[in-house]
Amino acid sequence: MIRLEPRNEVSKGLLYVTPVIAIGVTILAGVVMFAVLGKDPIRAISIIFLEPLTDSFAISEMIVKATPLILIAIGLSFGFRAGVWNIGAEGQFTVGALSGGAVALALYEVEGFWVLPLMCLAGALGGMAWAAIPAFLRTRFNANEILVSLMLTYVAVLLLSVLVYGPLKDPEGLNFPESRMFHPAATLPILIEETRAHVGFLVALAVAAVAWVVLGRHIFGYQVKVMGQSPRAAGFGGFVEKRVVWMCLMISGGLAGLAGLFEAAGPVGQLVPALPVGYGFTAIIVTFLGRLNPIGILLAGFVMALTYIGGETAQIEMNLPSAVTGVFQGMFLFSLLGFDVLARYRIRMFRTARTAPLAVQTAVGE
Amino acid sequence: MTGTALLQLSGITKRFPGVLANDNISFSVAPGAVHALLGENGAGKSTLVKMIYGVMQPDQGEMHFDGAPYAPARPSAARARGVGMVFQHFSLFEALSVAENVALGMNKDAIGKDLNRLIIEVSESYGLSLDPARFVGSLSVGERQRVEIVRCLLQNPRLLIMDEPTSVLTPQEVDVLFETLRQLSSEGCSILYISHKLEEIRTLCDRATVLRGGRVVADCDPREETAKSLAEMMIGTSLSFPERQEPDLGDERLVVEELSAESPDPFGTDLVDISFSVRAGEILGIAGVAGNGQVELMEALIGERATEDGAIRIDGEPVGRQGPTERRRRGMCSVPEERLGHGAVPDMSLWENVILSARTRKGIEKNGFLDLGIAHDFAREVVDTFNVKTAGIEHTARSLSGGNLQKFIVGREMLQKPTVLVILQPTWGVDAAAAADIHRALQELAKGGAAILVISQDLNELMAISTSFAVISEGRLSEPRPTGSMSIEEIGLLMGGVRSSAGKGASAGKGASAGQGAAR
Repeated sequence: MIRLEPRNEVSKGLLYVTPVIAIGVTILAGVVMFAVLGKDPIRAISIIFLEPLTDSFAISEMIVKATPLILIAIGLSFGFRAGVWNIGAEGQFTVGALSGGAVALALYEVEGFWVLPLMCLAGALGGMAWAAIPAFLRTRFNANEILVSLMLTYVAVLLLSVLVYGPLKDPEGLNFPESRMFHPAATLPILIEETRAHVGFLVALAVAAVAWVVLGRHIFGYQVKVMGQSPRAAGFGGFVEKRVVWMCLMISGGLAGLAGLFEAAGPVGQLVPALPVGYGFTAIIVTFLGRLNPIGILLAGFVMALTYIGGETAQIEMNLPSAVTGVFQGMFLFSLLGFDVLARYRIRMFRTARTAPLAVQTAVGE
Repeated sequence: MTGTALLQLSGITKRFPGVLANDNISFSVAPGAVHALLGENGAGKSTLVKMIYGVMQPDQGEMHFDGAPYAPARPSAARARGVGMVFQHFSLFEALSVAENVALGMNKDAIGKDLNRLIIEVSESYGLSLDPARFVGSLSVGERQRVEIVRCLLQNPRLLIMDEPTSVLTPQEVDVLFETLRQLSSEGCSILYISHKLEEIRTLCDRATVLRGGRVVADCDPREETAKSLAEMMIGTSLSFPERQEPDLGDERLVVEELSAESPDPFGTDLVDISFSVRAGEILGIAGVAGNGQVELMEALIGERATEDGAIRIDGEPVGRQGPTERRRRGMCSVPEERLGHGAVPDMSLWENVILSARTRKGIEKNGFLDLGIAHDFAREVVDTFNVKTAGIEHTARSLSGGNLQKFIVGREMLQKPTVLVILQPTWGVDAAAAADIHRALQELAKGGAAILVISQDLNELMAISTSFAVISEGRLSEPRPTGSMSIEEIGLLMGGVRSSAGKGASAGKGASAGQGAAR
């Protein structure tokens, strides 16, 4: 009989190795899946995971996809450390795009270096405002922020639809439900000529660097860790739970809102109902794949971006269904969570199954 | 003792890693008896009744029920033999009705068709009125307990185990409960009654088995004992009053005035009108049986829970509204009772755990940023000074043994040179040598001008180190007096809650203090 025994200390080495194992196992599972589907598994895997890395345009597209993922995931990582589960980054992303985009449309044809920063500010504030709802409901009424933030995502997406069908509709757009294209002064500068990679990526890198410092060297990062691991100890340390809940939701909401604005003012260039494509949800996987660590999140953001690009290529070249991207992302999270057990537990083989160790351990606490 | 006993335990032993919870325990419960199991927290009462109820199994020894061997592998087996138990913390679903909750806790074949009628019948015949259709969420704590009792009674128990049933009840509810228990006993159902409230046991029980440190230390008729003698059996009679030099007292550093606080925990204890002061150089010891408000008092003192601003003053400044960080800045440090998960974060390294409470006074935090070098140095200093056995400060708090973690936490607070120290159970789980070191360090700290408040269940410890002494019982604090001016008899009575029962039965309290078994 096999039993899992909690380790005395979490193995730090394994914590870094398991994401790599998870990626390997996901690829292996992909091989099996393609073989069962009757597709050439080696070719499919190489199209999804290797070819994008050899093509400079594909790399620029990876940057485009990785930028919102990294921004959102870094915001989420604070809350996830503290036990504040913001699952509604997609909604905050949408409202951020909407409020920043509204500024862009209001200032249409206004030239000025301050237009873009103002849009960014509006985007971040929009995301924060959307995240303030679950923050208020949790701190005031103890409402579950998982449910509230998730449900608000659908409200946000519908809000975007209503506004681009109405007040934000392009006056010269033949009644199509979309805003007009943002003025060049309200569009993000391109990073690499002839591509869609924009300066938002540099912001994402800077945010990762700041987050790294805050988590390792600032009292707020420490506070977040203590709150997540042991709320009573946090109280003893003088940390106030409500304040941490608010801070975490403001950070994740603000960064998600900023990511939404970057998407609208970058690759999309306007507000359309189809703007939210699931970055807010995929970022949750990125957060965990990156071990809640800013550097890890940078890497994980690119791995996830790779599955987007590779998945698209595989659709075109091998006629694979579009679900292939989602399947790979799901397998990543699943195998990561599965292998994480190894870092926290030791596997023991037993002959007899007479005693009940868990019952004994709880009883000792008496 | 032989053929007539309903439940007979012989040589029951239960070992947990590092603890002998029950050591060769033997006693028997007669049919229809109300039998008390008396002992301090950690004496092994809960472990013992869990084995009787089949929640866990003894390592050695055997039990007989009604003359036949009895070794329940799980609670349902115990219930099938006629053993019921009402736990201290209820296992009820608030969103379900009374009837549904009752049905959930019964063995399947025991649930009849008209459960509702049965519930009403049973509850009425025992004076425990209950409406089966009501939702448990809308019931008071006392009513919830009735649901648990009725659930047991529906299965016609021959032995009913009650784990500290009155700790959650109002005095009026206690009276009703006692009536029910007496009725049950007169009908031949035995009751095993777990408590550390001496007055209760003297009123209700006709037999008592006293446990201390996992062993049976006495078997007696509580009606023939005084509260004092019961207390002595429970806490041990080896109390000594060591000589000590008169303390050199300075100004009042910690002043608590009319502190009252309602506990947010339904099983917690409200603090009622607590007043005391601790001077520089003074060590005030607060004794009491666990669960009488010690934790609540500490939380209020160190700032985890806000109180009236003026209720707590440090060096004259009101701090009742301030949080722990501001109070630390003013010089107050503290050691909570629970080491892992309150005083330390289990999965954080020792140097990270130093930041938790020492960041202000040791200058680890500057403008919000942490100087990790200072944290490492201070953690090393704590480990060296207090002989904490660990492979290094990179290891987690969880990896330390209980005693070593205690030394680490005590050291972390003492080396911050507090001017006011609030410390719960300072030597819980540490070996004798380390305990002596901690006591010496406390005395030196006091000599250096700090005001120290020690809250402990270890009377020997309090007698050894404190300069003044008070007892907390049911959230009220007795008037502090110089240590040594109180007799063991007085302390025992105060700890047993005699003083605080004055409201509902002053005569009972007086009778007890007069001794001579007045309650017979």
